Amino acid sequence: MPTFVYMTRCDGCGQCVDICPSDIMHIDKSLRRAYNIEPNMCWECYSCVKACPHHAIDVRGYADFAPLGHSVRVHRDEEKGVIAWRIKFRNGKKDMDLLAPITTKPWGQEIPQLADVAAPSDEMRNSELLFNEPKYVRLDDGGLHTLESNGLKLKEGVYY
Amino acid sequence: MFTINPFAEMSAYIPAAVMQAYIVVMVLFVIGGTVLDMLHKKSAEYFFENAKKAEKAAKRTVSGGEKASLAIQTLTNEVLTSAEFANPKRRISHIFTMYGFILFAATTAIMIFAYPTPATPTPGIIPLLWHVGALMLCFGGYWFWFSIRVDVNSEGKKWYKLDRADLFVVSLLMTCTFALIWSILQSAGVSGLSTLAFVLFILSSTVLFVGVYFSKFAHMFFKPAAAYQKRVTRADGSNENLPYDYDLSDPAVHKRFPDIPEYMGKNPPNMGLGIKRESPNHY
Repeated sequence: MPTFVYMTRCDGCGQCVDICPSDIMHIDKSLRRAYNIEPNMCWECYSCVKACPHHAIDVRGYADFAPLGHSVRVHRDEEKGVIAWRIKFRNGKKDMDLLAPITTKPWGQEIPQLADVAAPSDEMRNSELLFNEPKYVRLDDGGLHTLESNGLKLKEGVYY
Repeated sequence: MFTINPFAEMSAYIPAAVMQAYIVVMVLFVIGGTVLDMLHKKSAEYFFENAKKAEKAAKRTVSGGEKASLAIQTLTNEVLTSAEFANPKRRISHIFTMYGFILFAATTAIMIFAYPTPATPTPGIIPLLWHVGALMLCFGGYWFWFSIRVDVNSEGKKWYKLDRADLFVVSLLMTCTFALIWSILQSAGVSGLSTLAFVLFILSSTVLFVGVYFSKFAHMFFKPAAAYQKRVTRADGSNENLPYDYDLSDPAVHKRFPDIPEYMGKNPPNMGLGIKRESPNHY
Protein backbone atom coordinates (compact mmCIF):
# COMPACT_ATOMS: atom_id res chain seq x y z
CA MET A 1 0.00 0.00 0.00
CA PRO A 2 1.37 3.41 -0.89
CA THR A 3 3.33 5.79 1.28
CA PHE A 4 1.72 8.20 3.71
CA VAL A 5 3.16 11.02 5.80
CA TYR A 6 2.83 11.63 9.53
CA MET A 7 2.08 15.34 9.35
CA THR A 8 3.32 16.06 12.87
CA ARG A 9 6.74 14.58 12.08
CA CYS A 10 7.31 16.17 8.63
CA ASP A 11 9.10 19.52 8.50
CA GLY A 12 8.91 19.97 4.73
CA CYS A 13 12.66 19.52 4.11
CA GLY A 14 12.08 18.07 0.63
CA GLN A 15 14.39 15.00 0.75
CA CYS A 16 11.48 12.75 -0.28
CA VAL A 17 10.54 15.08 -3.14
CA ASP A 18 14.09 14.92 -4.48
CA ILE A 19 14.47 11.16 -4.23
CA CYS A 20 11.06 9.91 -5.43
CA PRO A 21 11.62 8.11 -8.76
CA SER A 22 7.96 8.67 -9.73
CA ASP A 23 7.96 12.35 -8.73
CA ILE A 24 4.81 11.87 -6.71
CA MET A 25 6.04 13.11 -3.33
CA HIS A 26 5.21 16.82 -3.24
CA ILE A 27 5.12 19.56 -0.63
CA ASP A 28 1.63 20.79 0.21
CA LYS A 29 1.44 24.43 -0.81
CA SER A 30 -0.32 25.76 2.25
CA LEU A 31 0.72 23.36 5.01
CA ARG A 32 4.30 22.96 3.75
CA ARG A 33 4.34 19.26 4.57
CA ALA A 34 5.08 16.41 2.19
CA TYR A 35 2.34 14.22 0.79
CA ASN A 36 1.88 11.57 -1.86
CA ILE A 37 0.03 13.29 -4.69
CA GLU A 38 -0.85 10.11 -6.56
CA PRO A 39 -0.97 7.01 -4.37
CA ASN A 40 -2.00 4.85 -7.34
CA MET A 41 1.34 5.52 -8.98
CA CYS A 42 3.41 4.61 -5.93
CA TRP A 43 5.19 1.31 -6.30
CA GLU A 44 6.50 1.28 -2.73
CA CYS A 45 10.18 1.48 -3.55
CA TYR A 46 10.71 2.86 -0.02
CA SER A 47 13.16 5.49 -1.36
CA CYS A 48 11.35 8.32 0.44
CA VAL A 49 10.84 6.23 3.58
CA LYS A 50 14.61 5.67 3.78
CA ALA A 51 15.54 9.24 2.83
CA CYS A 52 13.26 10.98 5.37
CA PRO A 53 15.42 12.33 8.22
CA HIS A 54 12.44 12.35 10.59
CA HIS A 55 10.97 8.92 9.76
CA ALA A 56 7.81 10.82 8.90
CA ILE A 57 6.89 8.57 5.97
CA ASP A 58 5.48 5.12 6.45
CA VAL A 59 4.14 2.32 4.29
CA ARG A 60 1.78 -0.46 5.23
CA GLY A 61 3.46 -3.55 3.87
CA TYR A 62 1.61 -6.24 1.92
CA ALA A 63 0.46 -9.46 3.52
CA ASP A 64 2.99 -11.47 1.51
CA PHE A 65 5.74 -11.01 4.08
CA ALA A 66 3.78 -10.47 7.30
CA PRO A 67 0.10 -10.70 8.26
CA LEU A 68 -1.76 -7.40 7.84
CA GLY A 69 -1.64 -5.00 10.73
CA HIS A 70 2.13 -5.32 11.09
CA SER A 71 4.61 -2.48 11.16
CA VAL A 72 7.64 -2.36 8.90
CA ARG A 73 10.01 0.50 9.56
CA VAL A 74 13.48 1.31 8.33
CA HIS A 75 16.41 3.46 9.37
CA ARG A 76 19.07 4.21 6.77
CA ASP A 77 22.23 5.41 8.50
CA GLU A 78 24.55 6.94 5.93
CA GLU A 79 27.39 7.71 8.31
CA LYS A 80 27.52 4.14 9.59
CA GLY A 81 26.91 2.82 6.07
CA VAL A 82 24.13 0.43 7.13
CA ILE A 83 20.41 0.01 6.78
CA ALA A 84 18.31 -1.41 9.61
CA TRP A 85 14.79 -2.80 9.34
CA ARG A 86 12.33 -3.74 12.02
CA ILE A 87 9.24 -5.78 11.32
CA LYS A 88 6.74 -6.16 14.11
CA PHE A 89 3.64 -8.31 13.89
CA ARG A 90 0.32 -6.97 15.02
CA ASN A 91 0.33 -9.10 18.19
CA GLY A 92 3.53 -7.28 19.18
CA LYS A 93 5.26 -10.55 20.03
CA LYS A 94 7.07 -11.25 16.79
CA ASP A 95 9.60 -8.45 16.53
CA MET A 96 12.30 -8.96 13.91
CA ASP A 97 15.42 -6.97 13.15
CA LEU A 98 17.62 -6.89 10.12
CA LEU A 99 20.88 -5.04 9.60
CA ALA A 100 22.81 -4.90 6.33
CA PRO A 101 25.69 -2.88 4.89
CA ILE A 102 24.88 -0.40 2.15
CA THR A 103 28.46 0.64 1.49
CA THR A 104 31.87 -0.68 2.43
CA LYS A 105 33.84 2.47 1.57
CA PRO A 106 33.18 6.14 2.35
CA TRP A 107 30.57 7.71 0.08
CA GLY A 108 31.66 9.60 -3.01
CA GLN A 109 35.33 8.61 -2.91
CA GLU A 110 35.43 5.53 -5.11
CA ILE A 111 33.85 7.03 -8.21
CA PRO A 112 35.76 5.86 -11.34
CA GLN A 113 37.62 8.83 -12.86
CA LEU A 114 36.81 8.18 -16.51
CA ALA A 115 38.31 11.54 -17.51
CA ASP A 116 41.75 10.22 -16.52
CA VAL A 117 41.51 7.16 -18.79
CA ALA A 118 43.58 7.47 -21.99
CA ALA A 119 41.54 8.62 -25.01
CA PRO A 120 40.81 5.93 -27.62
CA SER A 121 42.99 5.82 -30.73
CA ASP A 122 41.51 6.07 -34.26
CA GLU A 123 41.76 2.31 -34.61
CA MET A 124 39.75 1.86 -31.42
CA ARG A 125 37.21 4.42 -32.58
CA ASN A 126 36.62 2.49 -35.80
CA SER A 127 36.38 -0.82 -34.00
CA GLU A 128 33.08 -2.47 -33.21
CA LEU A 129 34.15 -2.90 -29.59
CA LEU A 130 32.94 -0.56 -26.90
CA PHE A 131 35.34 1.98 -25.38
CA ASN A 132 37.10 0.64 -22.30
CA GLU A 133 35.39 -2.70 -22.69
CA PRO A 134 36.54 -5.17 -20.01
CA LYS A 135 38.71 -7.97 -21.35
CA TYR A 136 36.30 -10.51 -19.86
CA VAL A 137 33.66 -9.77 -22.47
CA ARG A 138 36.04 -9.96 -25.45
CA LEU A 139 34.81 -13.15 -27.09
CA ASP A 140 37.13 -12.58 -30.07
CA ASP A 141 40.14 -12.87 -27.80
CA GLY A 142 40.67 -16.29 -26.30
CA GLY A 143 37.18 -17.77 -26.52
CA LEU A 144 34.61 -17.90 -23.76
CA HIS A 145 35.76 -16.28 -20.54
CA THR A 146 34.77 -17.79 -17.24
CA LEU A 147 35.33 -16.66 -13.68
CA GLU A 148 37.70 -19.58 -13.21
CA SER A 149 39.73 -18.86 -16.36
CA ASN A 150 40.18 -15.29 -15.17
CA GLY A 151 41.08 -16.25 -11.63
CA LEU A 152 37.92 -14.69 -10.19
CA LYS A 153 35.56 -16.00 -7.54
CA LEU A 154 31.84 -15.37 -7.14
CA LYS A 155 31.07 -13.58 -3.89
CA GLU A 156 27.71 -13.09 -2.28
CA GLY A 157 26.53 -9.71 -1.08
CA VAL A 158 27.71 -6.13 -1.51
CA TYR A 159 31.32 -5.53 -2.52
CA TYR A 160 33.31 -3.33 -4.86
CA MET B 1 15.14 56.32 19.57
CA PHE B 2 15.75 52.64 20.41
CA THR B 3 16.13 53.38 24.11
CA ILE B 4 12.76 55.14 24.51
CA ASN B 5 9.87 53.18 26.01
CA PRO B 6 7.10 53.71 23.40
CA PHE B 7 4.37 52.54 25.82
CA ALA B 8 5.28 55.20 28.42
CA GLU B 9 4.88 57.86 25.72
CA MET B 10 1.52 56.35 24.83
CA SER B 11 0.27 56.57 28.43
CA ALA B 12 -0.60 60.23 27.79
CA TYR B 13 -3.46 59.03 25.57
CA ILE B 14 -4.26 55.54 26.89
CA PRO B 15 -4.27 54.92 30.67
CA ALA B 16 -1.69 52.40 31.87
CA ALA B 17 -4.44 50.31 33.46
CA VAL B 18 -6.07 49.80 30.04
CA MET B 19 -2.78 48.61 28.52
CA GLN B 20 -2.24 46.26 31.47
CA ALA B 21 -5.80 44.93 31.17
CA TYR B 22 -5.20 44.32 27.42
CA ILE B 23 -2.13 42.19 28.21
CA VAL B 24 -4.07 40.15 30.80
CA VAL B 25 -6.95 39.59 28.36
CA MET B 26 -4.53 38.48 25.64
CA VAL B 27 -2.84 35.99 28.02
CA LEU B 28 -6.30 34.60 28.85
CA PHE B 29 -7.07 34.30 25.13
CA VAL B 30 -3.82 32.34 24.60
CA ILE B 31 -4.64 29.96 27.45
CA GLY B 32 -8.26 29.55 26.32
CA GLY B 33 -7.30 29.16 22.65
CA THR B 34 -4.70 26.51 23.46
CA VAL B 35 -7.12 24.49 25.60
CA LEU B 36 -9.86 24.71 22.94
CA ASP B 37 -7.33 23.76 20.24
CA MET B 38 -6.29 20.68 22.23
CA LEU B 39 -9.90 19.66 22.82
CA HIS B 40 -10.88 20.18 19.18
CA LYS B 41 -7.92 18.38 17.62
CA LYS B 42 -7.89 15.80 20.42
CA SER B 43 -4.13 16.17 20.36
CA ALA B 44 -3.75 15.62 24.11
CA GLU B 45 -5.95 12.51 23.93
CA TYR B 46 -3.89 11.15 21.02
CA PHE B 47 -0.65 12.06 22.77
CA PHE B 48 -1.49 10.15 25.97
CA GLU B 49 -2.91 7.18 24.06
CA ASN B 50 0.25 7.02 22.00
CA ALA B 51 2.41 7.31 25.12
CA LYS B 52 0.49 4.42 26.70
CA LYS B 53 0.95 2.31 23.55
CA ALA B 54 4.68 3.07 23.58
CA GLU B 55 4.89 2.12 27.25
CA LYS B 56 3.29 -1.24 26.45
CA ALA B 57 5.85 -1.87 23.70
CA ALA B 58 8.77 -0.77 25.91
CA LYS B 59 11.71 -3.13 26.28
CA ARG B 60 12.88 -1.54 29.54
CA THR B 61 11.60 0.96 32.09
CA VAL B 62 13.11 4.41 32.12
CA SER B 63 13.94 5.60 35.65
CA GLY B 64 12.95 8.99 37.06
CA GLY B 65 16.53 10.27 36.93
CA GLU B 66 16.85 9.22 33.31
CA LYS B 67 13.58 10.95 32.51
CA ALA B 68 14.88 14.15 34.11
CA SER B 69 18.04 13.96 32.01
CA LEU B 70 15.91 13.38 28.88
CA ALA B 71 13.86 16.47 29.79
CA ILE B 72 17.07 18.51 30.10
CA GLN B 73 18.29 17.17 26.74
CA THR B 74 14.95 18.11 25.15
CA LEU B 75 15.26 21.59 26.61
CA THR B 76 18.82 22.15 25.40
CA ASN B 77 18.32 20.62 21.96
CA GLU B 78 14.78 20.74 20.64
CA VAL B 79 13.55 23.73 22.65
CA LEU B 80 16.50 26.11 22.91
CA THR B 81 18.20 25.38 19.59
CA SER B 82 15.29 24.11 17.42
CA ALA B 83 17.24 20.91 16.76
CA GLU B 84 14.25 19.13 15.22
CA PHE B 85 14.65 20.98 11.92
CA ALA B 86 16.62 19.02 9.34
CA ASN B 87 16.79 22.08 7.08
CA PRO B 88 19.47 24.44 8.49
CA LYS B 89 17.89 27.53 6.90
CA ARG B 90 14.55 26.85 8.56
CA ARG B 91 16.34 26.15 11.82
CA ILE B 92 18.21 29.50 11.80
CA SER B 93 15.09 31.39 10.75
CA HIS B 94 13.12 29.64 13.52
CA ILE B 95 15.75 30.52 16.15
CA PHE B 96 15.60 34.19 15.14
CA THR B 97 11.80 34.24 15.17
CA MET B 98 11.53 32.35 18.46
CA TYR B 99 14.07 34.38 20.44
CA GLY B 100 12.81 37.58 18.80
CA PHE B 101 9.27 36.79 19.94
CA ILE B 102 10.37 35.90 23.49
CA LEU B 103 12.37 39.14 23.81
CA PHE B 104 9.58 41.20 22.27
CA ALA B 105 6.78 39.70 24.39
CA ALA B 106 8.74 39.71 27.65
CA THR B 107 9.99 43.29 27.32
CA THR B 108 6.49 44.47 26.30
CA ALA B 109 5.09 43.00 29.53
CA ILE B 110 7.95 44.48 31.61
CA MET B 111 7.51 47.93 30.09
CA ILE B 112 3.73 47.96 30.51
CA PHE B 113 3.65 46.58 34.04
CA ALA B 114 6.85 48.01 35.58
CA TYR B 115 7.40 51.28 33.69
CA PRO B 116 3.96 52.28 32.36
CA THR B 117 4.38 56.09 32.55
CA PRO B 118 7.21 58.59 32.07
CA ALA B 119 7.01 59.10 35.87
CA THR B 120 8.86 55.79 36.31
CA PRO B 121 11.80 56.12 33.92
CA THR B 122 12.60 52.95 31.95
CA PRO B 123 16.19 51.64 31.95
CA GLY B 124 17.48 52.09 28.37
CA ILE B 125 18.28 48.38 27.99
CA ILE B 126 14.61 47.26 28.09
CA PRO B 127 13.32 49.30 25.11
CA LEU B 128 16.56 48.41 23.32
CA LEU B 129 15.85 44.69 23.82
CA TRP B 130 12.24 45.29 22.68
CA HIS B 131 13.49 46.79 19.41
CA VAL B 132 16.14 44.07 18.97
CA GLY B 133 13.44 41.43 19.54
CA ALA B 134 11.15 43.02 16.94
CA LEU B 135 14.04 43.25 14.45
CA MET B 136 14.99 39.60 15.04
CA LEU B 137 11.36 38.60 14.52
CA CYS B 138 11.26 40.60 11.28
CA PHE B 139 14.54 39.10 10.05
CA GLY B 140 13.60 35.46 10.76
CA GLY B 141 9.98 35.92 9.72
CA TYR B 142 10.50 37.77 6.45
CA TRP B 143 13.33 35.43 5.51
CA PHE B 144 10.91 32.54 6.01
CA TRP B 145 8.09 34.32 4.21
CA PHE B 146 9.91 35.57 1.11
CA SER B 147 12.61 32.95 0.65
CA ILE B 148 12.14 29.70 2.53
CA ARG B 149 8.36 29.50 2.13
CA VAL B 150 8.46 30.58 -1.51
CA ASP B 151 11.21 28.07 -2.28
CA VAL B 152 9.11 25.27 -0.92
CA ASN B 153 6.26 26.52 -3.06
CA SER B 154 8.32 26.85 -6.21
CA GLU B 155 5.61 24.85 -7.92
CA GLY B 156 3.61 28.00 -8.39
CA LYS B 157 2.24 29.63 -5.28
CA LYS B 158 3.41 33.24 -4.84
CA TRP B 159 4.39 34.93 -1.58
CA TYR B 160 1.27 37.09 -1.59
CA LYS B 161 -1.14 34.14 -1.69
CA LEU B 162 -2.43 33.73 1.86
CA ASP B 163 -3.96 30.70 3.53
CA ARG B 164 -5.51 30.02 6.89
CA ALA B 165 -2.33 28.11 7.73
CA ASP B 166 -0.44 31.42 7.42
CA LEU B 167 -2.53 33.18 10.07
CA PHE B 168 0.09 32.75 12.77
CA VAL B 169 3.18 33.85 10.85
CA VAL B 170 1.42 36.73 9.08
CA SER B 171 -0.15 38.17 12.24
CA LEU B 172 3.18 37.75 14.07
CA LEU B 173 5.04 39.57 11.29
CA MET B 174 2.46 42.34 11.12
CA THR B 175 2.62 42.77 14.91
CA CYS B 176 6.39 43.27 15.04
CA THR B 177 6.50 45.33 11.82
CA PHE B 178 3.80 47.79 12.93
CA ALA B 179 5.31 47.92 16.44
CA LEU B 180 8.63 49.02 14.95
CA ILE B 181 6.99 51.52 12.57
CA TRP B 182 4.90 52.93 15.42
CA SER B 183 7.90 53.33 17.73
CA ILE B 184 10.00 55.01 15.00
CA LEU B 185 7.20 57.39 13.92
CA GLN B 186 6.31 58.24 17.52
CA SER B 187 9.88 59.13 18.45
CA ALA B 188 10.15 61.14 15.20
CA GLY B 189 7.04 63.08 16.25
CA VAL B 190 4.81 62.12 13.28
CA SER B 191 1.57 61.97 15.25
CA GLY B 192 -1.08 61.04 12.62
CA LEU B 193 0.82 58.19 11.00
CA SER B 194 2.12 56.91 14.31
CA THR B 195 -1.48 56.59 15.58
CA LEU B 196 -2.35 54.63 12.44
CA ALA B 197 0.67 52.35 12.97
CA PHE B 198 -0.35 51.89 16.63
CA VAL B 199 -3.91 50.93 15.65
CA LEU B 200 -2.55 48.40 13.10
CA PHE B 201 -0.10 47.08 15.72
CA ILE B 202 -2.91 46.48 18.23
CA LEU B 203 -5.15 45.00 15.53
CA SER B 204 -2.52 42.51 14.38
CA SER B 205 -1.50 41.56 17.92
CA THR B 206 -5.17 41.00 18.77
CA VAL B 207 -5.52 38.73 15.71
CA LEU B 208 -2.35 36.89 16.78
CA PHE B 209 -3.54 36.17 20.33
CA VAL B 210 -7.28 35.80 19.73
CA GLY B 211 -6.66 33.53 16.73
CA VAL B 212 -4.74 30.89 18.74
CA TYR B 213 -7.56 28.40 18.18
CA PHE B 214 -7.34 28.84 14.39
CA SER B 215 -3.58 29.20 13.98
CA LYS B 216 -0.50 27.19 14.90
CA PHE B 217 0.33 29.45 17.84
CA ALA B 218 -0.09 26.56 20.29
CA HIS B 219 2.81 24.64 18.74
CA MET B 220 5.12 26.31 21.24
CA PHE B 221 3.38 24.40 24.02
CA PHE B 222 2.90 20.94 22.56
CA LYS B 223 6.06 20.60 20.43
CA PRO B 224 8.37 20.32 23.46
CA ALA B 225 6.07 17.66 24.96
CA ALA B 226 6.17 15.67 21.72
CA ALA B 227 9.98 16.00 21.49
CA TYR B 228 10.34 14.75 25.07
CA GLN B 229 8.03 11.80 24.40
CA LYS B 230 10.10 10.91 21.32
CA ARG B 231 13.25 10.80 23.47
CA VAL B 232 11.50 8.60 26.05
CA THR B 233 10.44 6.10 23.35
CA ARG B 234 14.04 5.96 22.15
CA ALA B 235 15.29 5.32 25.67
CA ASP B 236 12.75 2.62 26.55
CA GLY B 237 13.32 0.64 23.34
CA SER B 238 9.80 0.98 21.89
CA ASN B 239 11.28 3.57 19.53
CA GLU B 240 8.03 4.05 17.57
CA ASN B 241 8.63 0.60 16.06
CA LEU B 242 11.82 1.88 14.45
CA PRO B 243 14.94 -0.32 14.38
CA TYR B 244 17.63 0.09 17.03
CA ASP B 245 20.68 2.20 16.57
CA TYR B 246 23.31 -0.55 16.50
CA ASP B 247 26.92 -0.14 17.55
CA LEU B 248 28.79 -1.68 14.61
CA SER B 249 31.91 -2.46 16.65
CA ASP B 250 29.95 -4.51 19.20
CA PRO B 251 30.84 -8.27 19.03
CA ALA B 252 27.22 -9.18 19.84
CA VAL B 253 26.08 -7.27 16.73
CA HIS B 254 28.80 -9.05 14.70
CA LYS B 255 27.53 -12.41 15.90
CA ARG B 256 23.92 -11.56 15.10
CA PHE B 257 24.61 -9.91 11.74
CA PRO B 258 27.74 -11.59 10.29
CA ASP B 259 27.52 -9.51 7.09
CA ILE B 260 28.71 -6.46 8.99
CA PRO B 261 32.21 -7.72 9.98
CA GLU B 262 32.56 -9.65 6.71
CA TYR B 263 32.03 -6.70 4.39
CA MET B 264 32.74 -3.71 6.58
CA GLY B 265 35.36 -4.95 9.04
CA LYS B 266 35.17 -5.21 12.81
CA ASN B 267 35.26 -1.47 13.39
CA PRO B 268 33.79 0.24 10.32
CA PRO B 269 34.87 3.86 9.72
CA ASN B 270 32.49 6.79 9.48
CA MET B 271 31.27 6.66 5.88
CA GLY B 272 30.37 10.35 5.74
CA LEU B 273 27.27 11.66 4.05
CA GLY B 274 25.73 10.06 0.96
CA ILE B 275 22.59 11.61 -0.50
CA LYS B 276 22.57 14.12 2.34
CA ARG B 277 25.75 15.77 0.99
CA GLU B 278 23.44 17.81 -1.21
CA SER B 279 20.62 19.83 0.29
CA PRO B 280 17.28 19.02 -1.31
CA ASN B 281 16.32 21.79 -3.73
CA HIS B 282 15.30 20.13 -6.95
CA TYR B 283 11.58 20.43 -6.50
